[in-house]
Amino acid sequence: MSRLLKQPGIAAPAAMLLLILLLALAGPWLTPHAFDTIDFEADWGAAPSAANGHWFGTDELGWDLFARVCVGGRLSLAVGIVSTLVSLAIGVVYGAVAGFVGGRVDALMMRIVDILYALPFMFFVILLMVLFGRHWLLIFVAIGAVSWLDMARIVRGQTLALRRREFVDAAVVSGLGTAAIIRRHIVPNLLGVVVVYATLTIPQVILVESFLSFLGLGIQEPATSWGALVNDGARAMESTPWGLLFPAAFLALTLLCLNLLGDALRDALDAPALRRMAE
Amino acid sequence: MATGHDRRVSGSVAVSCLAALLLWIPAIAATLPTTLRIGNGNEPESLDPQRATGVSAGNVLRDLYEGLTGISPTGELIPAAAESWRLREDGLEITFRLRAGLRWSNGDALTARDFAAGLRRVVDPATASGYARMFGVIAGATAIAEGRQPASMLGVEAPDDQTLVIRLDRPAPQLLALLAHPAASPVHRLDLAAATKPGGRIGNGAYRLQRWVVQSQLELVRNPAYWNDARTTIDRVVYLPTEDLNSELKRYRADELDVTTSVPATQAAWIRANLGAELHVATYLGSYFYGLNVTQAPFKGQPGLRRALSMAIDREVIVNKVLNGLAAPAWSFVPPGTRDYTPQVPAWAAWPRQRQLIEARRLYAAAGYTEARPLEVELRYNTSDDHKRIAVVVAAMWKQALGVRVRLVNEEWKVFLQNRKLRRVTQAFRNTWIADANDAMDFAALLTRDHPRNDSGYDNPAYEQWLAAATSVAQPLARRSALQAAERAMLDDAPIVPIYFYASKHLVKPRVRGWHDNILDWHYSKDLRLNCAPSAPC
Amino acid sequence: MLNHAWRRLLTAVPTLLVLVTVTFFLMRAAPGGPFDVERVLPPEIEATLAAEFHLDEPLWRQYGRYLVGLARGDLGPSFQYEGFRVSELIAKGAPVSAIVGFSALLLALSAGVGLGAVAAIHRGSAIDRGVMLLALAGLSIPPYVTAPLLILLFALGLAWLPAGGWGTVSSVILPAIALALPQVAAIARLTRGSLADVLAAPYIRTARAKGLPERVIVLRHALKPGLLPVLSYLGPAAAGLMTGSVVVEQIFGIPGIGRYFVQGALNRDYTLVLGVVLFYGAVVIAFNFLVDLAYGALDPRVRPT
Repeated sequence: MSRLLKQPGIAAPAAMLLLILLLALAGPWLTPHAFDTIDFEADWGAAPSAANGHWFGTDELGWDLFARVCVGGRLSLAVGIVSTLVSLAIGVVYGAVAGFVGGRVDALMMRIVDILYALPFMFFVILLMVLFGRHWLLIFVAIGAVSWLDMARIVRGQTLALRRREFVDAAVVSGLGTAAIIRRHIVPNLLGVVVVYATLTIPQVILVESFLSFLGLGIQEPATSWGALVNDGARAMESTPWGLLFPAAFLALTLLCLNLLGDALRDALDAPALRRMAE
Repeated sequence: MATGHDRRVSGSVAVSCLAALLLWIPAIAATLPTTLRIGNGNEPESLDPQRATGVSAGNVLRDLYEGLTGISPTGELIPAAAESWRLREDGLEITFRLRAGLRWSNGDALTARDFAAGLRRVVDPATASGYARMFGVIAGATAIAEGRQPASMLGVEAPDDQTLVIRLDRPAPQLLALLAHPAASPVHRLDLAAATKPGGRIGNGAYRLQRWVVQSQLELVRNPAYWNDARTTIDRVVYLPTEDLNSELKRYRADELDVTTSVPATQAAWIRANLGAELHVATYLGSYFYGLNVTQAPFKGQPGLRRALSMAIDREVIVNKVLNGLAAPAWSFVPPGTRDYTPQVPAWAAWPRQRQLIEARRLYAAAGYTEARPLEVELRYNTSDDHKRIAVVVAAMWKQALGVRVRLVNEEWKVFLQNRKLRRVTQAFRNTWIADANDAMDFAALLTRDHPRNDSGYDNPAYEQWLAAATSVAQPLARRSALQAAERAMLDDAPIVPIYFYASKHLVKPRVRGWHDNILDWHYSKDLRLNCAPSAPC
Repeated sequence: MLNHAWRRLLTAVPTLLVLVTVTFFLMRAAPGGPFDVERVLPPEIEATLAAEFHLDEPLWRQYGRYLVGLARGDLGPSFQYEGFRVSELIAKGAPVSAIVGFSALLLALSAGVGLGAVAAIHRGSAIDRGVMLLALAGLSIPPYVTAPLLILLFALGLAWLPAGGWGTVSSVILPAIALALPQVAAIARLTRGSLADVLAAPYIRTARAKGLPERVIVLRHALKPGLLPVLSYLGPAAAGLMTGSVVVEQIFGIPGIGRYFVQGALNRDYTLVLGVVLFYGAVVIAFNFLVDLAYGALDPRVRPT
């Protein structure tokens, strides 16, 4: 870990992300204003001011933007992390099984992945949201469930390579069952790939959530997300620019740091398979 | 593989991409002398005058068709295809005299029979028109709509080419205004026989359809066969679909539109500051309210509680701070400006805010709710920025004034409509009624027992009696007082919580002349002119 | 090779069938129907309409009817746009989406490959970091923010380009840029990674030892093998462009088919949604297929068995 942190380009984005995470978690306690209480006294859509405690200003409904950016950050980060975990869980198991078992099972499983690749999956997410309403749990699961395909492919490729290694042969010879080998020998060795890939999936998932917010299918008010805030802000970017500026800055900075971190980790681990991830 | 070959491959790929690119792009439309470009909101679902129900379709259809009567730029009823009419003394028969020499856009003669055919078509269940009920006062219409009689039995006759006689079941002073509606347009015998086809129809309005590219633009050109074509000055009208109001505003500012369909409420302050002279805000026959489901807990049998919720809402805040002045506060249902009607504002509306709150708290407590045991209620609205903002603010007001715990539920439109109709899961829900005709009955009927859109489930025999009385009397004053008494009774029961009255809001470029605000928000392109400066040709 | 191509194309049929089936039943599971409107239709009229569109039949019959129509190349009538066939709407909308999509793709490719190559050549330096940061910025700002910003700047501020609409060459530019921006980063990242690998390969070192100028080495010898991963990324890129088109088409008021999908889903225009999903599915399959063929042709190591 400490070796990793010394690599170029890792410490800075990691520290930044930590800072943003801390602010999102602690922020609501720092301000006197609640994220879901309308300030009927203050001007609505007012510019940032230290005097009335609306540090980021208020939005067009008299909501405190600072509190909302923090609370929205919690949701966006949670969506990013939980959905990525869902996609990892499915993708790692699926890819490891396909790669390890091989043969016809592998061919069939990868055929299925190919078929799923041809589905315009974003459309299914939209349909699901339209169908079942906008429950936050559903957002997590829907996004996670449709974004495991890449993971499955990469893990399968890695597993194929691992299978030819001696320690796996040794495990097979010693009579260990398939499930046990996958659990004990394959999955732990996939960790590097998985970490890098997860770092790069989180920003994509956060963007998907913001896309749903754009279509009006995002989180239910008064809860919010960065995507929803940015979307509201973009509508009034000329009259109340701070409404766009603050949430957009947090969103962009988080996505940027995650991407930088992912790239740097990939360079650091320098496994050729990682670089060919998009293949 | 040889590098040279590769280069040729990639080169030809690039060339074919480019060729495809150029071929696909339609030629830049040649600019005609005078073109009016109108932002039209949602894409019209149809241009069949008897079937289309949307506001955007209506805007186009009024240019493509002309009814017996019409609406002047300032909103008055005027003769259109009919030059005059005569009402029989008992009020049960109207005889229209058509203008001489009327023609369809293809040059065919337009006769009274075509108008009769249009009315028969709208009530015929085979047409599946959403407006069939609107013409229920015409003799036989109800029986036809319900399939008990053929459409040929409708009480309309054309004794000669220029005369149309309409018989009524009961006196209906509002019928003349209804005949200005596109649903009462004549229908050409060729279109009567043909299956539905978009845009191919023959019209009798000041314009005819040139081209319709769905989601892109609807192009109309002037109809030389129109009887009053000499008075038309704009040669070409383009309707552009503009669903996203912010995008529409930007296109208007970039001078790509002459008239917008609306303006985004969040931008009102900016618009007033920068485009104030071009903003037209006018009273409009629409009411925005929250329905309360009176068939289920917690609102069943609780008129006091329902009134408390209504009193707890500060409408001035909603109108001024949320809608930025682009609406009028509502304490009652039928909007001001409705013909032959005085708005029925409850007495508490004039009280100071503090007194309203005290009374609201008293009613709330009387219904059995306390701080420890507050009312928990779900407030449903369909996905839209403005609905969301209003719901959020109302929830905050209910919470602040009474301690009500509100759960906001944003539903997608079709889900929302179905839930409202079923009245099972709904408690409080957003609702809107926009009148089809300038008549208080159009609003009042919504809360009758049998109205299909009575989503509150309101059922009050006294209310039904007042409305029945209003329907049966011919005398305008008696009708008016019956309708007003009905609304007073309804407001006392509070099956709905009025919030605001709509305003029509448009941005209109200074070069567009002859634009008048009117309560129906009907603007015929034939009545507009374009004032083109030599420096900025149209 | 040809045999392989045929096999790939044949598997497209069951894929599309799965797509149609899933979409069909998902749409039907949604609450509300195409004729649930605010102005409630009288029951007798609703019945007439339902019969007109065969909605009164059992679901499996409707499904069968749709498949039979599909086999004949008929996508059915639109529920929302009266009198229009779905195929007609797609035929009008698809070229529009395709023009914007292809322009965006060309833009993303040229910018992405250029930035990626510069970063790879200067790997590890400040230039590398600066260029990649620039590319990643495009990935970090959602298109619904960049699009209005572009409009403000180029349509309202400078008045160079239209703020929306369709019909002129200039109306393609802003949507294409907004659509391309998120793809630039992905392409730059791939180019940088693979080009750096290639530049470290022995044959490049040989070329350098021969004293060839760096520019010649990169352009003549390294770029082609270095771009193979980019080629294989075009499939996912096409899918990304389609998703993005939903946003961009709405903001710029472009009559493409991305809008049809969202509106169709909201209006319960069953046939239109099915048609658009089917079309998108076919395009993605075709794109992946072409990419595979091109990959096989360009990289001698990849030969299908």
